[in-house]
Amino acid sequence: MEFLLQQLLTGLASASGLFLVASGLTIIFGVTRIVNFAHGSLYMLGAYLGVSLIGLFGGGTLGFWGGLLLAALVVGAVGALFEMAVLRRIYQAPELFQLLATFGLVLVVQDATLWIWGAQDLLGPRAPGLGGATQVFGLRVPTYDIFLILFAPVVLGALWLLFNRTRWGILIRAATQDREMVSALGVNRKWLFTGVFFLGAALAGLGGAVQLPKGSAHLHMDLQIIASVFVVVVVGGMGSILGAYLAALLISLIRVLLITNAQVTLGGVAAWQMELVSMFLVMALVLILRPWGLLGRREVLGYQHSGTPEPMLRPADRSLQLAGLAVLVLLLVLPWIAGPYLVSVATEVLIFVLFAASLQFLMGLGGVISFGHAAYFGLGAYGVGLAVRHWGAPMELALLAAPLLAAGGALLFGWFCVRLSGVYLAMLTLAFAQIAWSIAFQWIELTGGDNGIIGIWPPAWVGSVTAYYYFAGTICVIGLLLLRHFAFAPFGYTLRAGRDSPLRADAIGIDVRRHRWLAFTLAGCFAGVAGGLFAYLKGSVSPEAMALPLSVDALVMVLLGGVQALTGPIAGAAAFTLLKTELLSLTNYWRAILGCIIILLVVLFPQGLAGATAGLRRRGEGQA
Amino acid sequence: MSPVLQVENLEAFYGRAQVLFGLSFAVARGEVVALIGRNGAGKSTTLKAIMGMLAGTRGRVHFAGQEVTGWPSHRIARLGLGYVPEERRIFPELTVLENLEVGRQPPRDGAPQWTPQRLFELFPNLGEMRDRAGGRMSGGEQQMLTIARTLMGNPQAILLDEPSEGLAPVIVEQMGRTIAALKDEGLSVLLSEQNLQFAGALADRACVIESGQLRFEGSMAALRADRAVRAAYLGL
Repeated sequence: MEFLLQQLLTGLASASGLFLVASGLTIIFGVTRIVNFAHGSLYMLGAYLGVSLIGLFGGGTLGFWGGLLLAALVVGAVGALFEMAVLRRIYQAPELFQLLATFGLVLVVQDATLWIWGAQDLLGPRAPGLGGATQVFGLRVPTYDIFLILFAPVVLGALWLLFNRTRWGILIRAATQDREMVSALGVNRKWLFTGVFFLGAALAGLGGAVQLPKGSAHLHMDLQIIASVFVVVVVGGMGSILGAYLAALLISLIRVLLITNAQVTLGGVAAWQMELVSMFLVMALVLILRPWGLLGRREVLGYQHSGTPEPMLRPADRSLQLAGLAVLVLLLVLPWIAGPYLVSVATEVLIFVLFAASLQFLMGLGGVISFGHAAYFGLGAYGVGLAVRHWGAPMELALLAAPLLAAGGALLFGWFCVRLSGVYLAMLTLAFAQIAWSIAFQWIELTGGDNGIIGIWPPAWVGSVTAYYYFAGTICVIGLLLLRHFAFAPFGYTLRAGRDSPLRADAIGIDVRRHRWLAFTLAGCFAGVAGGLFAYLKGSVSPEAMALPLSVDALVMVLLGGVQALTGPIAGAAAFTLLKTELLSLTNYWRAILGCIIILLVVLFPQGLAGATAGLRRRGEGQA
Repeated sequence: MSPVLQVENLEAFYGRAQVLFGLSFAVARGEVVALIGRNGAGKSTTLKAIMGMLAGTRGRVHFAGQEVTGWPSHRIARLGLGYVPEERRIFPELTVLENLEVGRQPPRDGAPQWTPQRLFELFPNLGEMRDRAGGRMSGGEQQMLTIARTLMGNPQAILLDEPSEGLAPVIVEQMGRTIAALKDEGLSVLLSEQNLQFAGALADRACVIESGQLRFEGSMAALRADRAVRAAYLGL
């Protein structure tokens, strides 16, 4: 009993930090409809700034608390600046481009932190006067834990007052319901949004700084927390602050229980192995029972839609066909004009083109946004890896396992996902991807865990770099042609009808959900093919093949290329992969440069690269 | 008398489709002008374009002695032009008092001053449900609330988009009395309507539009007398 109480208190304390960060994210989403991927980065920034500022002020009572507060305010200012400099310019662009800009910020903050503070972990300062332990119900509890447990409800109460008792709060709530109308009533929306970003970012920074006495500041904090924060926000209901608090409690308690009872096994699986998966299982369960989270509301349809209608898909015209032919010829003769390194890079580009095209198929035609498409790429890679490791399968067979495992995973996960829509759907895809990743990471007997599976080499007949290039390239081109075929087949039209108006499509007898499910499975299958080819290219498989960064890369490729152009993923994946490879070889700070390029591209070409060239061509026609 | 609102060669677009083709008209101080036309004639678009809510609008709009062409809508609202949308668009999760708070602007010279207290005298129903969420009110009550919310900005002129649409006859009558009362306060009104009878009882002048073009401009009496215009553009 005492043990349980102890665990309960530990869980409550760790929930506080999670709540602070999640509340900031949920506030930003509620008003601006932006899913801020950089929220974890702001949390990390808060922690680093906290260490520096508290060090600067000295560790006294005033120095410590002043340092915490100032760290939060500086992070708030960073968030506000980003909103003013970047997001403000692209509120008219499709919502996903705002997401892309926040990806860019993640990369920039990562390298900025590395550059300013170095690669070493920084130990957090102790809180003066709150060290040691206090007796609670006969238990010795760290005093700082008690402070944390009390701090979260205080912040919750302060936020409630802010949103219900001040004019600013009322305007914010009005703006979450109908922004355009708020402007028409004489309120400058720009400053409202900037203010919201300031508040949300400051809360993330505070969350990072306030956990310092219990931990440290390190460079992996950003991605480590972002998945948990997404889960909390979605489980609580996006936009609901109280929901975020309840969800943070729930998630933290379950995790603490699983960690402290690590050795308890259930059906052969140890509790610690469930720790990462548990959070996402909770989320999947909540979303299936309550599609808008614990306290969320059904997404308001109607006035929030600010984007222009999706452009039409047209079969390639003559000049595009000629360009495609030229690219094909170039690909065919590449091994004669380039060295093995370039040929190997080209193989990778082709594989990612297929991967991006499978995501574009799902997003562009199906209107299904996936934040976790790497799951299927990774399943494909593991399909190959497992077949080789456990059955010693030859490549020809192992490569069949790739699409099978990926399509099977997509069939299963997709069944749940297509029951939701919009951001919730995207978040559920993320949750499933994290589940797949956790299994690969923690089921060591099967997958080799973090080390992955090595020794996956193609047989002699495709053993050379050039032979494998032709082999993989042929499969990728066939895959692309098949995807293009689907887009212009009746199935493609049906999908697009469901994307543009689910209600109307439903009314004319289209089973939108079933078609989306099929599209989800197909997209997963093609991603799996890409993943399988990738495994043989690299000779190994590791959990990274289904981790969040790869899902993000895929999104960046598709969005850079333009979601609504079939040539988009080709341009996007090629540009992104080449850029990344090139930058990696040039500088240690490739992330920052890539991030800046992404942000710049989003601001300059909100229709994507392919969209931008199409726009130029249209303009050319208009003048002619 | 110089007009409080003057529109010249207004053109508006949805995407690449042009909806308004060079509209010009004016509203004098204290005047009620009815913008009359069938469904899809461009009435709502005209009001939104004046209010700066549509991107890519061309032409010139003068309000209260300033050219407001291309201004963002909040600046136009702060100059004293109120907008009451057709779909009501109250904030469903805010209470009546909170809805009013969103509309509140500082007092303005030369325009009637409003407080929640004064508005509750004009709309007694609202006074009885100050803390009710906007989404839990009837259509008529919501229509009252959206007008009251706009008045909280102490405007000198308001754009009223089909205030009688979808309301019970009793409420329509009440709405008519309210608009007449606002006119007595000295408010200028641009009223978009399909209901000729409703508009006729309130308006000094009428502008008939069809397919985004002005087809008739004149007094209400002249419109009543002009059978040809009514038959051609209003189907009456």
